[in-house]
Amino acid sequence: MNSSKYFQEWFSNPRRDIIAGTVVALALIPEAIAFSIIAGVDPKVGLYASFCIAVVIAFVGGRAGMISAATGAMAVLLVSLVRDHGLEYLLPATILTGILQIGAGALKLGNLMRFVSRSVVTGFVNALAIIIFMAQLPQFHDQGLLMYGMVAAGLAIIYGLPLLTTAVPSPLVCIIVLTGVSMSMGLDQTLNTVGDMGELPSTLPVFLLPDVPLNLTTLGIIFPYAISLAIVGLLESLMTSTIVDDFTDTSSNKNRECTGQGIANIVSGFFGGMAGCAMIGQSVINVQSGGRGRLSTFAAGIILLILIVLMGGLVSQIPMAALVAVMIMVSIGTFSWSSIKNLRIHHRTSSIVMLVTVLTTVFTHNLAYGVGAGVLLSAVFFAYKVSGQLDITSDIEVSKKARTYTVRGQLFFVSATSFADAFDFREVLEKVTIDVSAAHFWDLSSINALDRVVLKFRREGTEVEISGMNEASKTLVLEVAKYDKPGADDALGGH
Amino acid sequence: MNILACTDGSQYSTSIYQHAAWAAKQLDASVHVLHMLNPHHEDPVKANYSGSMGVGARTALLNELVELEATRAKIAQKRGQAILEDAESALKAEGIDHIQADQKHGKLSDEIENYERDADLVVIGKRGNNADFEKGHLGSNLERVIRSCQHPVLVASRAFAPLNNFVLAFDGGHSAKKAVEYVANSPLLKGMHCYLLYVGAANSKIEAALADAENTLKASGFEVTIEHRDGEPEKVIAEVVADDHIDLLVMGAYGHSHIRHLIVGSTTSAMIREVKIPVLLFR
Repeated sequence: MNSSKYFQEWFSNPRRDIIAGTVVALALIPEAIAFSIIAGVDPKVGLYASFCIAVVIAFVGGRAGMISAATGAMAVLLVSLVRDHGLEYLLPATILTGILQIGAGALKLGNLMRFVSRSVVTGFVNALAIIIFMAQLPQFHDQGLLMYGMVAAGLAIIYGLPLLTTAVPSPLVCIIVLTGVSMSMGLDQTLNTVGDMGELPSTLPVFLLPDVPLNLTTLGIIFPYAISLAIVGLLESLMTSTIVDDFTDTSSNKNRECTGQGIANIVSGFFGGMAGCAMIGQSVINVQSGGRGRLSTFAAGIILLILIVLMGGLVSQIPMAALVAVMIMVSIGTFSWSSIKNLRIHHRTSSIVMLVTVLTTVFTHNLAYGVGAGVLLSAVFFAYKVSGQLDITSDIEVSKKARTYTVRGQLFFVSATSFADAFDFREVLEKVTIDVSAAHFWDLSSINALDRVVLKFRREGTEVEISGMNEASKTLVLEVAKYDKPGADDALGGH
Repeated sequence: MNILACTDGSQYSTSIYQHAAWAAKQLDASVHVLHMLNPHHEDPVKANYSGSMGVGARTALLNELVELEATRAKIAQKRGQAILEDAESALKAEGIDHIQADQKHGKLSDEIENYERDADLVVIGKRGNNADFEKGHLGSNLERVIRSCQHPVLVASRAFAPLNNFVLAFDGGHSAKKAVEYVANSPLLKGMHCYLLYVGAANSKIEAALADAENTLKASGFEVTIEHRDGEPEKVIAEVVADDHIDLLVMGAYGHSHIRHLIVGSTTSAMIREVKIPVLLFR
């Protein structure tokens, strides 16, 4: 990218970007705290991560105006790592994630996104919304009816206020009101507050080296997590960048985004933060608030840190009920509600792919598995559909001694069986011509199927002629086919 | 031969068409009028800082943005159509028959290289719609357009006046030699009086280069006057242009790197700004 375009991505509209960045920063605070709690670490880990990632990605990301920070998708992957091995292993895992993502950017793996179908993307965001929602449920445990009442009041403010005015962030008002109520009525004795969940940052993040032995045992522990984190982080980032591309009618550099996410995670890891990625919800809020440039992302990170360092004491007083209300809003806003309506409208294979992606994710708590299952299933469905593109017709000569089979369509491992079944070997013929000029042989299975058909005819004493093999198929045939080589008949073995 | 005339419907347009028509007659060329519809991604009509996401937030936001821009783009398209019709009638009135008029999406400075390839000469206005008139500010846009062009660029002044003589600002550099080469071989400036102007301290090398240039031009039938002055090139060239009633300035453009430009600014941009006549630039 040339320097003037990069400059433009920063400063095309500073005022608008800074306002949007402020709105995003205010929305990021509850999310970063909530995601830290999901991962089982102190809120400061998520807040430091959000600051580092947002600021770094503003410089090195491939998509201007997209917000990256600590996310729910990454947090759920970290739960067992933190529980079983502790925070010390979270930081090197984050750094390794970054290294893997830089590698993915260098290898241009961003291009692989094309294999992730629309249905899988929908499944991904739905699964993400469900995971965020489910992660809020433990907060209701042992808190009594008061908690439900507070959350309901919070949601009423969040959804009610925008009907009156869109000039102030309603989640912020929700947090301020509920915190005020909780403090003035002494509810913080019975209800959990953010302060109960762990340490908040009181200083700027400091550079520190991970306190783990640098050996293969450590690598063995963190590597599986880093792989999942890298994949999920890149998937969500690339999906989000596509969404922002659509919003703003501009293009982004996907491979640069991969590398950028990697650099951001490495920095986050060295400053005591957890792994993160682009956030669908926050990016939507940013665009909705008018944010388009890199400055909006940068401002979000900086303002987040300023707010949290200056007002740490107040932040610890925020009741968890307010946080839960905000996170329920995030999950509702992330979920693709139209996809439920579309279940009946879209073809059922698309719906199955979407549902499998969701269910796999919800059961494994790993979006990488969900997407893997979805991509695999879409590929199988696609192969099955294409295998239907095979049409075999035949004409017999007047003498009834020769027949011509005409093959049209795609021949590959899925369609090989139906190809073989289309020939009638009981018929007594002197000569068979198989016209494949309108067919395409894709793989060994299809060549093998043709071989078997030819050999079977030959064993019945029928002459076989293949006609119209196009050049591409012909090379494939010459390389692997057996029927025209000596000893071909033996190859059928006991058949 | 083909001339690419880039217009944006600003008050320079009439002059752009007249300059293009003049060049088309000199070169016996067709004219391709290009109008770019700038992508505009502006504030949402209603600033929404609610920071909340309701049901179906993404679809709703996308629809809102598309609606908003669709309305604006339709108006821009209509306006663009009117600009092109205006351009065609203006060129027809000048007696040009082969006219092609197009509007495309994108920013001129980003896209010019794609359209400039098929042209032999590019005509653009000194200032566009978005430039700040008061300050005589050219904007980086014009410079970026010129830097992207491989062919000569004719920068139209605010009003067209008949062209009878021209100053060729000669510094012995590569693009100045290219300018001499072009002037000598092209019918564009045939019949006009040429002032070959060098500003700066004399040395034997530049004397030789000047003599060479003079011979080349004279061989092609130009009347040549060599002017040699001392001083700051920008100031002196502007003085000569004003004092001798020069109609056209011919010069090499942007010989220096982006880096140098950041530090000392660009002589070329300063020149285009300083003189009130059209400028023919060579890269």
